[in-house]
Amino acid sequence: MSSSRRKFLKTAITGGIAASLPLSAFKLLSPAEVQASIGDDKVRWAFLIDIQKCVGCGFCVKACKLENEVPYDLPVSRTWVERYVVTKDGKSHIDSPEAGRDGYTSAKVRGDDIPPEEITKAFFVPKLCNQCEKPACVQVCPVGATYQTLDGVVLVDRKWCIGCGYCIMACPYGVRFFHPVYKTAEKCTFCYHRITKGLKSACVQACPFGARQLGNLKDHDDPVTHTIMTQRVGVLKAEYGTKPQAYYIGLDERVR
Amino acid sequence: MKNHAWRPLAVVIGAVALLLLVRANVVPSDFGVNGENFTYGFHRKGSIDDWKAVQIKYKGREYCRECHEEKVTENESSPHKVIECENCHGPAIEHPDNPEKLVVDRSRGLCLRCHAFLPYPQSHRSEMPAIDPDEHNPDQACADCHNPHNPNLEAM
Amino acid sequence: MTEQLIVHGLEWTVKDLFVYPNEFIYWSIQIVMYPYMTGLVAGAFVLSSLYHVFGQKDLQGIARFSLVFSLALLPTAMMPLLLHLQQPFRGMNVMFTPHFTSAIAAFGIVFSTYAAIVLSEIWFVYRKFFVEQSIALKGQPGFVNTFKQTLYTILTLGAMNTDDAAMGIDKKGVKILAGIGIPVACFLHGYAGFIFGSVKANALWMSPLMPVIFIMSAVVSGIALCMLTYIIIMEYKKFQATLAKGRGDETVKELGGVEMDVISKTSRYLIGFLIAAISLELLDLIFRGYTAMKSWDILRSVMFHEDFTKIFILQYGCGNLLPFFLLMLPRPTIKRMVVALVLVLFGVFMMRWNVVIGGQAFSLSFEGFMHYNLPIIPHNLETYKEGLFGALTVAITPFIIFWGINKIIPSLQKV
Repeated sequence: MSSSRRKFLKTAITGGIAASLPLSAFKLLSPAEVQASIGDDKVRWAFLIDIQKCVGCGFCVKACKLENEVPYDLPVSRTWVERYVVTKDGKSHIDSPEAGRDGYTSAKVRGDDIPPEEITKAFFVPKLCNQCEKPACVQVCPVGATYQTLDGVVLVDRKWCIGCGYCIMACPYGVRFFHPVYKTAEKCTFCYHRITKGLKSACVQACPFGARQLGNLKDHDDPVTHTIMTQRVGVLKAEYGTKPQAYYIGLDERVR
Repeated sequence: MKNHAWRPLAVVIGAVALLLLVRANVVPSDFGVNGENFTYGFHRKGSIDDWKAVQIKYKGREYCRECHEEKVTENESSPHKVIECENCHGPAIEHPDNPEKLVVDRSRGLCLRCHAFLPYPQSHRSEMPAIDPDEHNPDQACADCHNPHNPNLEAM
Repeated sequence: MTEQLIVHGLEWTVKDLFVYPNEFIYWSIQIVMYPYMTGLVAGAFVLSSLYHVFGQKDLQGIARFSLVFSLALLPTAMMPLLLHLQQPFRGMNVMFTPHFTSAIAAFGIVFSTYAAIVLSEIWFVYRKFFVEQSIALKGQPGFVNTFKQTLYTILTLGAMNTDDAAMGIDKKGVKILAGIGIPVACFLHGYAGFIFGSVKANALWMSPLMPVIFIMSAVVSGIALCMLTYIIIMEYKKFQATLAKGRGDETVKELGGVEMDVISKTSRYLIGFLIAAISLELLDLIFRGYTAMKSWDILRSVMFHEDFTKIFILQYGCGNLLPFFLLMLPRPTIKRMVVALVLVLFGVFMMRWNVVIGGQAFSLSFEGFMHYNLPIIPHNLETYKEGLFGALTVAITPFIIFWGINKIIPSLQKV
């Protein structure tokens, strides 16, 4: 290395430090400002769903629709609960009436009686946006009306969305739909207005059994993160390469 | 330009210039790469604030406790302590200002969400105390016999 | 005013077995029309370019017409998209903030580039005509003439020179633009195929062959429509000549001869592209069956049970095989040609239908089906826009536009 170059590097580095020092070191910051300066980089929201714990009460769907102003009686929902009943003949009987909003109060699946002795396994699967690491829905938006926040939540800009439906087509999980009032693409936000204020998502709060939990993947003391890191968890449709961030305990291969 | 062949091009350039001019006036100034990269972070920054500004409707148990301490305490000593008040009472929003009174869902359907028997051994559902809704006093409201805040069967 | 709450898609979607709650046929008839119309644009342009660039003399008669017709089709490639958008007034956002990782964002740019090329080419072809008209109409009395004169003068863009050197430049301009235009036209349509082919969530759409299949069938439908429209116009001319001069007149015979000549020559190109299109589609189908990925079970039940009639009878049978034989049979007649061309156009339409609607005929859960009921009688804006009448509006518009354009730039006179 020539001496002049070394000299240049030296000045550049010291100069850089000198320039940045006054900004960070000599200013007293309030805890709130420190929090703000850390920004969202220290947060990566992820969801944990325990299929074993879900009883199919549907309180989560009810709470979600009311919290997020999704018309209660229309057949679209940001989150839903599916029922899987597997019988001895190897068939899956799947349904989700009204997205599971009113819970599962009858053993009939889509009007069919299934004799209990025929059932080999049966369970409920809550679904919501997976807030993918590589969201296919965001990639295809032609106008930049849907995006991923720095803390990992995919949102839709209701003032810029043109309503082409490409994102709805691109989502492998079918979580998107057109909002009947705003006429723009609509999806689960993990209740962004709640989680950014330290509250739980409406569905998480409404779940009596802890089947739905929300955690911060970048916080290693977070119990949800701890579970995701230490337990055997699965995700839905990993083959699409979207890196979904809703983790499931007790997932079955029949769950699609 | 002497050669007339370039004239259509001039028209095209004019059209593009017009488009850029309109664009500069229509597109919000906070539009740009606001996330980690262009693919996932190209958007209007103000949209994040729009979402943060959504009104919170479900206030949670602690909010209820501020006025209804007695009821909350009673409930907390029962198996129903896991159920949020607002699951049955509806979202508080700005109660008692708006709405003044919450409408409680007293229907059988509400209780049956958990307590209708379903023969699903792999799910927590089968461990719930459950009834067959068609057999178990089908015409009566659950709350006639059971106290929803403390559904202890011995205390009945 | 109370806003009517509509769940987009609920009106025309019938669900069968297990389908996710939010799944509906979101992309309906207008998205069938969109690639169909862009296909016609691209096809018409390619047909005219075959003459201008490759000097296919046999296409001379139809080249001017198909160029102007592709201009008339141009706005209608955009129409179905606007009718489909939930927020049509924000459509311009695609131009303002294009997000280049999206296939649709390319639409604004490719479409405008293409429009610029077509318009410039027409300008070069018709500049001499504009100049002549501008001079001839000068000083003529009457409002219409003044208006026309002004219009033609503006259209000349001030280039009034029509000597041999200037005309040579025009000819060169046409050739260059037609040359650039072919890849752009193919790109315009190829990316329409890319919009579908790149949706990894959709098992039926996702295929790298999709753009190529779309281009081939686009050229097929474009050529077919040009031929058909040409026949209709020539028949009308013949009819008028017959009325004026009687059946046995020389002019009538001559017109008939020209017509048959142009049509039989153009049909050779049609057959070539038709074979390419069918081969690619069959390759795609065979490949899916042979590799039999996870999605094959549901795709097979859609293709061979739910949509069997639409795919194998209407699209491949009536739309491809039958016209293929009609075109190949010796001693072609105009009547047989018309039947074949209508069938070809129908076949390409069914192909678009089976891709767009067929791609949404099964749930992303692979556990259920969705059936599409085309709204016929509209009872609100949504059922008009995304119903039979919306589609018909789109289908009729290019002919109205062509009628209008043809008043200013006549494309049917003999050169």
